[in-house]
Amino acid sequence: MMRHLISAADLTRDDAVLILDTAEEMARVADRPIKKLPALRGRTICNLFFEDSTRTRISFEAAEKRLSADVINFAAKGSSVSKGESLKDTAQTLEAMGVDAVVIRHSASGAPYRLATSGWIDAPVINAGDGTHQHPTQALLDAFTMRRRLVGRDAGIGQGLDGKRVTLVGDVLHSRVARSNVDLLHTLGAEVTLVAPPTLLPVGVESWPCEVSYDLDSTLPKTDAVMMLRVQRERMNAAFFPTEREYSRRYGLDGDRMAKMPEHAIVMHPGPMVRGMEITAEVADSERCTVVEQVANGVHTRMAVLYLLLGGNEPAVTHTRTEGN
Amino acid sequence: MSKILIRGAKVLGGEPQDVLIDGGTIAEVGTGLSAEGAEVVEAGGKVLLPGLVDLHTHLREPGREDSETVLTGTQAAASGGYTAVFAMANTFPVADTAGVVEQVYRLGQEHGYCDVQPIGAVTVGLEGAKLAELGAMHESAAGVTVFSDDGKCVHDAVIMRRALEYVKAFGGVVAQHAQEPRLTEGAQMNEGTVSAELGLGGWPAVAEESIIARDVLLAEHVGSRVHICHLSTAGSVEIIRWAKSRGIDVTAEVTPHHLLLTDELVRSYNPVYKVNPPLRTEKDVMALREALADGTIDIVATDHAPHPHEDKDCEWAAAAMGMVGLETALSVVQQTMVETGLLDWAGVADRMSVKPAEIGQATGHGRPVSAGEPANLVLVDADYRGDVDPAGFASRSRNTPYEGRELPGRVTHTWLRGKATLADGKLA
Repeated sequence: MMRHLISAADLTRDDAVLILDTAEEMARVADRPIKKLPALRGRTICNLFFEDSTRTRISFEAAEKRLSADVINFAAKGSSVSKGESLKDTAQTLEAMGVDAVVIRHSASGAPYRLATSGWIDAPVINAGDGTHQHPTQALLDAFTMRRRLVGRDAGIGQGLDGKRVTLVGDVLHSRVARSNVDLLHTLGAEVTLVAPPTLLPVGVESWPCEVSYDLDSTLPKTDAVMMLRVQRERMNAAFFPTEREYSRRYGLDGDRMAKMPEHAIVMHPGPMVRGMEITAEVADSERCTVVEQVANGVHTRMAVLYLLLGGNEPAVTHTRTEGN
Repeated sequence: MSKILIRGAKVLGGEPQDVLIDGGTIAEVGTGLSAEGAEVVEAGGKVLLPGLVDLHTHLREPGREDSETVLTGTQAAASGGYTAVFAMANTFPVADTAGVVEQVYRLGQEHGYCDVQPIGAVTVGLEGAKLAELGAMHESAAGVTVFSDDGKCVHDAVIMRRALEYVKAFGGVVAQHAQEPRLTEGAQMNEGTVSAELGLGGWPAVAEESIIARDVLLAEHVGSRVHICHLSTAGSVEIIRWAKSRGIDVTAEVTPHHLLLTDELVRSYNPVYKVNPPLRTEKDVMALREALADGTIDIVATDHAPHPHEDKDCEWAAAAMGMVGLETALSVVQQTMVETGLLDWAGVADRMSVKPAEIGQATGHGRPVSAGEPANLVLVDADYRGDVDPAGFASRSRNTPYEGRELPGRVTHTWLRGKATLADGKLA
């Protein structure tokens, strides 16, 4: 395994499959009455959040606590950062306090990479979302969810997502989720199509390992999983699209559109959902929608990442042997 | 002032000759000149050029003396072979009045490492709204002839038109920082495949090209002269080429870093590569080199932009834009233009001394190396090879993209009006 997790593009297929397999092991812990492993006892992990994200922070915190790690939450708002302290100084303060790993969320693309490579600290760095760059644990939990639903919970062990067709819809330009997913899904053998208005696709997207389309309706019948991306209403004011109504007419997912998908196909969303614009309530609440599962899987996947990065050489979960020698 | 005999120097890269300096003037150029009464500098086949002239330097004083001062900046200039630099106006306070430009000019004269010619702001406070007192700056002791809001674009077409018209009264030139502001909101690096991957705000080539296109047309319309700062794209080259073919009075500059570095380096997220305009692609770099060689781009200008360590030792988005360049410019030009066969040393003298002096009207600089001319000269050891070590920089700042990179050539001597400002690689 690598030392840091900065980008989904850095993961080899073997690494990615190992993380997903380990996450399956971790998921079993969630089924136990006491949902806790001693794996990271005595280790201190800091959740360094320069940007608000309650969902991601709580998910990491739950994962850390289930592995028995000591958790420090550092929110930049109201901290010395707002008084002008730099990322470097903050990181070095945490290192001096003996932190064993840093989970960082930052509004600037590349901040976790700088933290990991500038020699400011020695601890492993896990990217919990940086600017419009990457959010690798989100991609891992999405892949985990797809593998469970499309390959099978047990059948998926050791497997990738070969030949599965995944469509990502919406604001690709500003989406770290889209970037991480394209990289990871490609590594795992899936065929990815991005669907968005041209204004919400980055210049240079043609070099990505995926297809690009402006037409959702023609893509849906060939899709095993469709992932709706969050669209911020303020994008409308910046002329990325004319009106909310026009956006949802062309790129929103409603019941009629969902009916065009194959029966086994699932609907995913990284949350929080903007109901009515990118996805209707009918779709969001349907059985095909995996939003709630994705949240649960986020904890398992992050447990797997933390465990593996912090030197887990042995299987995370030891099974009591019942058979003889 | 004593006599100096430079013995066996390849003048503009030609056959070795002797050059005798007497006082502030070149007394004689020839072979076997008498060394009587003169201090002898054995050139040993080094290249002798007219002192370099930089039309685009940031000296930071007044206001950001922690980054650079007129003293340290001109020492860096002397180390890099420059005898005159044009100091950009984006200081604190902004150089938009006669008082500020006179202060900068006077500091340059006092320190004596190279001539400092202040550039005046086009608009008050660089805000792009109201013309600064261009005439007063021109009439001041500093005699300002070049005006620029560099760092910011004079984006309002009417203000730009008026500025171009107004400076005609005293033969001035407006140097435009071509950056359409709306197209570059949140821009962090060149817009293209690398920015798409890194998730950094894209800086499209068209943001530069559209302003250049507009400004050459404005210059044509009002019959004025415009200079385009730091061209960075292949498309910009095409527009300048077209404008010149049409007879428009436009000149253009390119920085050394845009002749060598590409946006691939941004993958490191190391803010030492963060610069305005941003590093572009290989295709752009090659187009810029060709254009400098064929004269479409008139000059090399450093855009020397010193920043203190803390402004670069941080995450990319928080970092300041800019690179220091005075001390490495000639080496980069040697590598990208001379050693590739695109320019000879006479061509380097033209692009780095003669033409910039002409555009900025720096009389006494960029003159031929011949008898009767001012002794503004630089001696270059072109055979030298070595890694760039910023610890040895005279500049107060160390934000060079070339740290640890091998670059050819080294300036060993610089003379300003016959007085050594750099001798044997050491500041005099």
